[in-house]
Amino acid sequence: MTTQADINREIAELRGSGGPQPRRDYPPYRSSMLRYPTRDLHQVDPEGVELWAPCFGAADIDDHEADLTVQRSGEPLGERIVVTGRVLDGDGRPVRHQLVEIWQANASGRYWHQRDQHPAPLDPNFIGAGRCLTDGDGVYTFQTIKPGAYPWRNHDNAWRPAHIHFSLFGTDFTQRLVTQMYFPGDPLFDLDPIYQSVTDAKAREMLVASYDHSVTAPERSLGYRWDIILSGTHRTPLEES
Amino acid sequence: MSFAPGQTVGPFFHLGLPYEGGNLLVPAGHPDGVRLHGRVFDGQGAGVPDALIELWQADPSGQVPRATGSIRRDGYTFTGWGRTQTDGDGHYWFSTLLPGADPGRRPFFAVTVFARGLTDRLFTRAYLPGDEPDPLLDGLEPDRRVTLITTREERGLLFDIHLQGEGETVFLSYPRQAR
Ligand SMILES: [Fe+2]
Repeated sequence: MTTQADINREIAELRGSGGPQPRRDYPPYRSSMLRYPTRDLHQVDPEGVELWAPCFGAADIDDHEADLTVQRSGEPLGERIVVTGRVLDGDGRPVRHQLVEIWQANASGRYWHQRDQHPAPLDPNFIGAGRCLTDGDGVYTFQTIKPGAYPWRNHDNAWRPAHIHFSLFGTDFTQRLVTQMYFPGDPLFDLDPIYQSVTDAKAREMLVASYDHSVTAPERSLGYRWDIILSGTHRTPLEES
Repeated sequence: MSFAPGQTVGPFFHLGLPYEGGNLLVPAGHPDGVRLHGRVFDGQGAGVPDALIELWQADPSGQVPRATGSIRRDGYTFTGWGRTQTDGDGHYWFSTLLPGADPGRRPFFAVTVFARGLTDRLFTRAYLPGDEPDPLLDGLEPDRRVTLITTREERGLLFDIHLQGEGETVFLSYPRQAR
């Protein structure tokens, strides 16, 4: 069985090798081995629908879907948190009224998912999925529970740092992003092949939220701020309507 | 300006992303409906049972849909966007309409692929079979070009996606994502 020390060595060898986006071929993340494309991506100028993103609206989503603590009859266990931030495009413009989706483990590190075999308790009051639309300033806000770290089978004694999965859209198709938000100071960062698949240290830091006491709600929940910058748009201003 | 890196969707995305009716851009059985379907394969030719496919397309007249309602479909509005997960064999399917394009252009579906084991999403195009010139297709070697062209079937279109190895699908990047 591959040990954490083996993985650490592999991670160290690839550090800094891949630029600001994750390496697609990243052997320390074992399940990537048969799934990453071996050919270079083919660069193309976007056209037609690729210059636009799908539209979502109030009819698609209920307000309460942004509060993961009220989806069941009782209060979920764990540390209540607020996660908020702005979605910006690559030119610093807010992405307005666009869909943000999240999913996560519960406070014990267990997903509400049949394939999660981690023997930590499910919480009948926490499912762990939410969505919202950004507001007119590109701001999203979720009320949730701080997820726990969890073990996985990548190697012996492999553990994922606590994270929330995020799915984001921009104003054109090419900006689509699915990523993970982490919590500051996690001791598992250096050991995690998924986090480290982004081999550039500065780029990795973009995935870490910051604690923000101004977001913390008195007597209620701790606040985290995480702004998300998408890639640039390809439409010219004339095409904006 | 640098932008946030992607991360894999992991094995538990079913909790947050797929939703009922996500693959039904038009109701199954719609008179003009077609089935766009296929399998996602790994580098050893095995079906990928934990992939997620998103579809984004023009309407049959070539217009880009601007209507909301892809998550809660009303059964009438064509939003042009859908999402579905692969099954245990790596198979996915959408019920949709054929996309149009500007005159003289080759229509295509814009496709995004996510999976456990993929550190980042992949973009590709699924073209309708046809003869129109196309800057992307015409610039590819024939064995690469065929990976982007759907196969016409009696009731729809087949589009297999090979993540790696023989017949590897051409995946795309766009200028503003240049590393
Ligand atoms: Fe996860």
